Amino acid sequence: MTATVHSAEETQVTTTVDTPPSASTADPVLTGAGTAPLVKRRGKGRKRVTDSLLPIAVFLGLIAVWYAITYLVLDPNRRFLMPAPHTIVTDALFDGPTMDKILPALGRSIVVTFTGLAIAIVIGMVWAIAMSQSRPIERSLFPYAVALQCIPILALVPLIGFWFGYDFPSRVIVCVMIALFPIVSNTLFGIQSVDRGMHELFTLHNASRTTRLLKLELPAAMPAIFAGFRISAGLSVVGAIVGDLFFKQGDPGLGILLDNFRARLQGQELFLTIIITAALGFAVFGLFGWLAKVAVGRWYDQSRDAG
Amino acid sequence: MSAPAPTLSSARPATGQPGDLVLRFRDVAKAFPDGTVALEGVDLDVRRGDFVTVVGPSGCGKSTLLRIASGLSPATAGTSQVDAERIGYVFQDATLLPWRSVKKNVELLAELHGMSKTATNQAAMDAIELVGLRGHEKKLPRALSGGMKMRASLARSLTLDPDLFLFDEPFGALDEITRERLNDELIRLFAAKGFGALFITHSVSEAVYMSTKVLVMSGRPGHIVESFDVPFGPERTPELRFTPEFAALAGEVSHALREGHS
Repeated sequence: MTATVHSAEETQVTTTVDTPPSASTADPVLTGAGTAPLVKRRGKGRKRVTDSLLPIAVFLGLIAVWYAITYLVLDPNRRFLMPAPHTIVTDALFDGPTMDKILPALGRSIVVTFTGLAIAIVIGMVWAIAMSQSRPIERSLFPYAVALQCIPILALVPLIGFWFGYDFPSRVIVCVMIALFPIVSNTLFGIQSVDRGMHELFTLHNASRTTRLLKLELPAAMPAIFAGFRISAGLSVVGAIVGDLFFKQGDPGLGILLDNFRARLQGQELFLTIIITAALGFAVFGLFGWLAKVAVGRWYDQSRDAG
Repeated sequence: MSAPAPTLSSARPATGQPGDLVLRFRDVAKAFPDGTVALEGVDLDVRRGDFVTVVGPSGCGKSTLLRIASGLSPATAGTSQVDAERIGYVFQDATLLPWRSVKKNVELLAELHGMSKTATNQAAMDAIELVGLRGHEKKLPRALSGGMKMRASLARSLTLDPDLFLFDEPFGALDEITRERLNDELIRLFAAKGFGALFITHSVSEAVYMSTKVLVMSGRPGHIVESFDVPFGPERTPELRFTPEFAALAGEVSHALREGHS
């Protein structure tokens, strides 16, 4: 007697289930023939052109509005308020002395951002894991996580400067405080959302608390944890700039630079610094999106996440 | 398709003998804190080589029976006694960990029980072979059909070579063709391994087809209204479903179900 029956039909069923969602959106026309698909293809092509043209048109429209404000609205000697886009490139981006200020500042802000984010990740995850393992710990510690989110961190910034000075450590502390909450809440939410059936499976086989945490809860929470990292990554850039902007002392990061350019009415330089700051935010956010894909994309469909 | 019969020389030699008692319920009752009585006065014996099926309407307390047998939830009265070194529990849901491959999922319970790496690997390969998932070891659960997920879930419990197997409507969510195929495979596994099985279902035909004994349950509070010994031998083929004997027994079970229900 054989205890194995391999089922051809069932395997076939699988292949249809297997097909990733992207494949269903792939153009079926490629395999089709005849006139109807051809018409469809032309229709689709037109749609694709509009798909890519519209964003470009909107972007060009915004640039046009910008130029209009610079040259039509502003008085010539007030144009530093909104310098024309091309002058940002010519007078700031391609200006050696300006970039000699911006690049080191960018470097310092990047260091603050990543140091703060790394510390926030460690503290946030330890905090959340501790809360997930014990109801009393959760009750005792969760209110502070909420407080962290509710108290305007800006109100605490002077105190932090007062205690820790105005240099690197204070900037990192501000960054950590701003970036911490999403990591705490997402990690905790991820761990607490583990399927009940899976918990029962582990209970049935007498899994220890550590085993349960390492083999079930943390892996299951990874998508939520990475979503938290991504939000915090954006916030840590904000934190780095805010700390800098407020303390206005020590080696300048992007925040101090922004304030200096503002004070000296250097419009082009100010706008370039803003753009670079924004680019840093995008880059850090994108980096963590990519990391999430590498870490959990294999089994978790990220398209289900909103943003 | 026929594959060579896999060797059954896996993890540990079978300790139990056919006929050894693995599960005994005496006057078991379960009341929930809110006052609902889910079970009352349930007597039940499962021996190695018994395939006992409990059939009853939804919400009659069938699943509670398994939760008590497995120790997930204690009985509030009566005694439940388990004489099984290892218990297999197959849920209605396959409960595979989505980040683990089929092989890694099948290895999970062996890992939790602290089996050595080599023994775990061997047990997993044997179990995968037994359920016919050879060649799918590296796939993730999301790439499997419902039937294949259930096979993987079954294989996961098989690695422990359990003396007592609890099944909570494992094939309830599958289409009929897949369900019937898995019924046949489970019968073969049962014949090969000789465990004691307590199987929950709401399908009369599945109950009669699979079992050595069918218990009919009625709800509010859940109790066993009638018990049927199934006279068909260990070898069962799909043709059995079309015999008059099968129809007669299925008719009796259905009748008992309706009686208990009214």
